Amino acid sequence: MREHVASLRELGADVREVRSVADLEQVAGLVIPGGESSVIDKLSRIFGVRDAIRERIAAGMPVYGTCAGLILLADELVDGIDGQQTFGGFDATVRRNAFGTQSDSFETDLAIPALGEHPVHAVFIRAPVVERVGPDVEVLARLDDGRIVAIAQGALLGTSFHPEVSGEQRFHERFLQTVRATS
Amino acid sequence: MSTSETGSSRVKRGLAEMLKGGVIMDVVNAEQARIAEDAGAVAVMALERVPADIRAQGGVARMSDPDLIEQIMAEVSIPVMAKARIGHFVEAQVLESLGVDYIDESEVLSPADYVNHIDKWDYTVPFVCGATNLGEALRRITEGAAMIRSKGEAGTGDVSEATKHIRTITGEINRLRSLTKDELYVAAKELQAPYELVREVAETGKLPVVLFTAGGVATPADAAMMMQLGADGVFVGSGVFKSGNPEARAKAIVRATAAYTDAAVIADASRGLGEAMVGINVADLPAPHRLAERGW
Repeated sequence: MREHVASLRELGADVREVRSVADLEQVAGLVIPGGESSVIDKLSRIFGVRDAIRERIAAGMPVYGTCAGLILLADELVDGIDGQQTFGGFDATVRRNAFGTQSDSFETDLAIPALGEHPVHAVFIRAPVVERVGPDVEVLARLDDGRIVAIAQGALLGTSFHPEVSGEQRFHERFLQTVRATS
Repeated sequence: MSTSETGSSRVKRGLAEMLKGGVIMDVVNAEQARIAEDAGAVAVMALERVPADIRAQGGVARMSDPDLIEQIMAEVSIPVMAKARIGHFVEAQVLESLGVDYIDESEVLSPADYVNHIDKWDYTVPFVCGATNLGEALRRITEGAAMIRSKGEAGTGDVSEATKHIRTITGEINRLRSLTKDELYVAAKELQAPYELVREVAETGKLPVVLFTAGGVATPADAAMMMQLGADGVFVGSGVFKSGNPEARAKAIVRATAAYTDAAVIADASRGLGEAMVGINVADLPAPHRLAERGW
């Protein structure tokens, strides 16, 4: 989360942490960071922010999800823990822990033409992949083997990987452009 | 596209970054791992016996049976960590071959080498190591640790040593920040840590890896206190499964750790948990039985 805050501040955004419904009312856009998706889901229910987030997503709030954040934005989840829910938003199916254990975590360069010529250095940590996308979902990036790892739909943006860990800012720029265009 | 790289520092330290704000629970079997995952643990730590039992039963404590670790890995989908003895690089090789997500080179087990720690750069799997002060933390990072936990005194339910160690580490970091550039050379000598790492900590005001706290956390308020003292997250060992109601206590500690500045939430989380683990005051422990003094 610290790296997301730093990236967004460098890009001139006013950033605050969202832990409650009151916090959520103060923001024009939301970044859902990496972490353990099953725990973020549980805490969002315990602290009563889940429904408010779902309502804001339905109302068109820009949201950028990385890794666990992408899982939480998917309408359908594969390999979640028992009872795990998502906020939804993307007409997509996402598989949790798609690469295996931590020893299979990796970093690589991805060509993402939508962000320009220069490749994105992407860090995948026990990362998910997108297994199915609906007709309104734009695929932004794939691995060499064709698996989908970055998507966009309306005001939503999602990546399997962590651009914030490697100092890559173009996804955050794109997210902020969406926030400025919608607020 | 370029080739991909596994086991880089960024990838190893990155997983610990994703655990921040969370609770990692000691478990000895699949049943406990299930309770931990259901309660909202961000990871589980597999070990042969929880520290309170190691203390009570004595003897040499070692890496868990691989069958038990594999049963735990099959039961849960959150990250699984497992403990190896200090300096026992073959236990670490075994744990890596099993595919655990993190190895804890831990003073809670009996050390296998009283001189050397494991050379952790040799592994694709990341390591977490204990530390009682900044110098010890930086020496472990120099050996390749991708995450640090303050040691506390495991298996006691007495949080005072955890408090001391997290305060010592953050206090020493603050002191480094106040030093002038030319004073950092001597600071490095005193900390017995490499100058480059000392300078980095002085400049950034934090360790280059995530810092959790451990050893004696038994209540939601203990966990929240560690967070308020600057920990990035909390390890709970005997505190959950040696208590009267592990399910409720595990959930309560998760909740208090997430909302660690909200006294009303912590109060609510603290209600009706039944008995906490039976504690041992660290002051009553004879020095040879203090686990925190293992490792150097």
